[in-house]
Amino acid sequence: MPTFVRTEKCDGCKGQDKTACAYICPHDLMKLDKDGSETGHPMRAFNQEPDQCWECYSCVKICPQGAIEARHYADIVPLGGSVQPMRGSDSIMWTIKFRNGTIKRFKFPIRTTPEGSIDAFGGKPLPKLADLEKAGFFTRDVMGGFRAGNPAELIRK
Amino acid sequence: MAGTFENPEIVQEDLDILLIGGGMACCGAAYEVMRWADAVKAETGRELKIKLVDKAAMDRSGAVAQGLSAINTYLGDLDPADYARMVSNDLMGITRDDLTYDLGRTVDDSVHLFEEWGLPIWKTDADGVRHDGAESLREGLPALKDGGKPVRSGKWQIMINGESYKWIVAEAAKKALGLDRVQERVFIVHLINDKNDPNRVAGAAGFSVRENKIYIYKAKTVLLAAGGCVNLFRPRSVGEGQGRTWYAVWNAGSTYSMAAEAGAELTMMENRFVPARFKDGYGPVGAWFLLFKAKAVNAYGEDYMAKNKELLNDYPPYGQAAVPASCLRNHLMLKEMKDGHGPIYMDTVSALARLRDTLTPKEVKHLEAEAWEDFLDMTLGQCGVWVGENIEPEKKMSELMPTEPYLLGSHSGCCGIWVSGPTDLGAPTTEEYGDIPAHLPKGWNWGYRSMTTVKGLFTAGDGVGASGHKFSSGSHAEGRIAAKGMVKYALDNKDLKPEFDETPEQIAEAIWNPVRNFLQYKDYSTAIDVNPNYITPRMLQFRLQKIMDEYVAGVATYYNTNDKMLAVAEEKLAFLKEDSLKMRAKDLHELLRAWENYHRILTAEAHMKHIEFREESRYPGFYYRTDKNFVDEKNWHCFVNSIYDKKSHKWTCFKRKHVDLVDKSKLFKAAAH
Repeated sequence: MPTFVRTEKCDGCKGQDKTACAYICPHDLMKLDKDGSETGHPMRAFNQEPDQCWECYSCVKICPQGAIEARHYADIVPLGGSVQPMRGSDSIMWTIKFRNGTIKRFKFPIRTTPEGSIDAFGGKPLPKLADLEKAGFFTRDVMGGFRAGNPAELIRK
Repeated sequence: MAGTFENPEIVQEDLDILLIGGGMACCGAAYEVMRWADAVKAETGRELKIKLVDKAAMDRSGAVAQGLSAINTYLGDLDPADYARMVSNDLMGITRDDLTYDLGRTVDDSVHLFEEWGLPIWKTDADGVRHDGAESLREGLPALKDGGKPVRSGKWQIMINGESYKWIVAEAAKKALGLDRVQERVFIVHLINDKNDPNRVAGAAGFSVRENKIYIYKAKTVLLAAGGCVNLFRPRSVGEGQGRTWYAVWNAGSTYSMAAEAGAELTMMENRFVPARFKDGYGPVGAWFLLFKAKAVNAYGEDYMAKNKELLNDYPPYGQAAVPASCLRNHLMLKEMKDGHGPIYMDTVSALARLRDTLTPKEVKHLEAEAWEDFLDMTLGQCGVWVGENIEPEKKMSELMPTEPYLLGSHSGCCGIWVSGPTDLGAPTTEEYGDIPAHLPKGWNWGYRSMTTVKGLFTAGDGVGASGHKFSSGSHAEGRIAAKGMVKYALDNKDLKPEFDETPEQIAEAIWNPVRNFLQYKDYSTAIDVNPNYITPRMLQFRLQKIMDEYVAGVATYYNTNDKMLAVAEEKLAFLKEDSLKMRAKDLHELLRAWENYHRILTAEAHMKHIEFREESRYPGFYYRTDKNFVDEKNWHCFVNSIYDKKSHKWTCFKRKHVDLVDKSKLFKAAAH
């Protein structure tokens, strides 16, 4: 299901400092065609290598114009279906359209804190270098995640 | 001066600690390393120079880029020894208990942080009703760290609403690092050894995929955590669908190949993972088996796991485990396929019908959403297949199929790099086998946790071999474990001045070679892709995939190979490796592909050499050596390790003795024959 860019919706993120889809694609597939020399559509983004697309939808989800969709792998999938998200700050809405016209909608939470709100080390201890080789992490005493295990299980100790 | 495509700019930087990669492992390392760096500053006044370099953007890089619907490693009340046993069993007995046990005792710390940072984690309330991650918060259910009960989809797995899993984990890592310590869109392709000690790392080099710039980092210590290897075998789909690999398509074997060229000892590179997944979309099956209790059946409705269970007796003791190893489950499925009883189906219809019998309409609706979310969170491609083929799982069953092989160390696979383990678990400190190259360490720990056999070079996640089943949370934890070892190394070697064994100009020329090939020869022919002087990265990848598929036990031969086929593969891979120097790059994007494919070749070669060396078929269902079609516990219950000589281009394979640190016998029933 390579992604594709809707010509009339994409504005090349011209009002922003970078083209969102090109910024985010993990496989370097999305590219801005500034002068139209590659696609005939100046200041539009395009998927430059569709058969390397993992359909991770990172570009679809980040596009501020909602200009990116996916057309299911042509060598596998019958035409006519679509799977389209709207990703908000705390949830994502999916519209799923089957080839036969059936439509399903789902909404799932994606995050329980505001984006950008993580305070990496707030309330976390500053470790002592003397503990560097102790098992566990600097958060061992505050995160409750260290599992000491039953020492009798270690048969060579 | 700004670089051009003809003359790229060379940027050099000196660091104490370099992190290569931006996935779960490097995000974990970044988080842990920065706090210990704070401690270093507080106690010694020294400021460690640290940088993370990612070939993509951290918010969506690595195998978790798309999201996940579950965290597959969370211990809770389980004992780390049980975890070590499970991993060992799934990987046919040959894993390092020191590494798995250490991961098992620490991984929950990372999961608790994920929840604190905002990852929604499903909970079960006092009445046994399950709530998604946001609802459980509204209901006032406690966090995991405060005793909240996760929804277990299996013994080790917990369900999450994980669309933004990587986004959240990356935010924490970036906050810890500060943006000036993050370099995105630079692909590190080569590790540099030390001039004064060929067995020490001195830095790493790569290039920007956005600007004509080559980056050369000098560093005391380097974490190489750049994922596993995908697309080294011909995928089942060879048109547009070839991007729909099961594991992330951008995993190009960079971890294994760069480590090997730097001289690091690899381990268990014969291991591979062949996941049985929903056909074509490669959607996850775990929730269907474990949460929805669905069965896989042949075309005639027979449960082949029950029908073929006698086959498990061929592989004692592993076949007698309560949960057979992943490869053996494939083995039983392949029997059905080869006998002509396909297609194989996941019987979603019966499973959902059974659940509907006991649930309210509201719960049924929730169940349907859960089933879809499983794909929507992590495998959109499967939704694409289902909508295109009008598959509603309550009405129509969906096909299963074993995929093309993948190499990785974090999922149900254990190939990777041999690393120094913890010292407090009873791991061996001596070696019993005599043919181990003399410069390599003896025993399972040599000073710095997670360090490879190359001084200063560390790894985590898919990089750490002979372990496995870390998944996302474990890879994060393993990055944190490595970070501590790196800080210790940097402190102990504070006066070390790494020196390169190559000049920056030599490094730059090697990196830019595919561009040079293109610029020199592009006008020789009128068609840009057909030129006797160079090969496109795309065609080179096809050649690699054809060799691996047809001779090294890909899908074309139902995962069969033998000594003769491996010998043919060896010859063809040698030609391919020579021709890789003639790859062309017409732009920076193609330079990225060129180097990814170079990394794939070396990884593939390691895989082939290890399968050749191990004279048995350790993973029936993942691959078979038809000339040695048995599991030989007497001679091959051992690690197969190797080193690569970058000057002679030769591999040396050897055995290391396997030892159990926890008792495995409680896994197995008595053998049936």
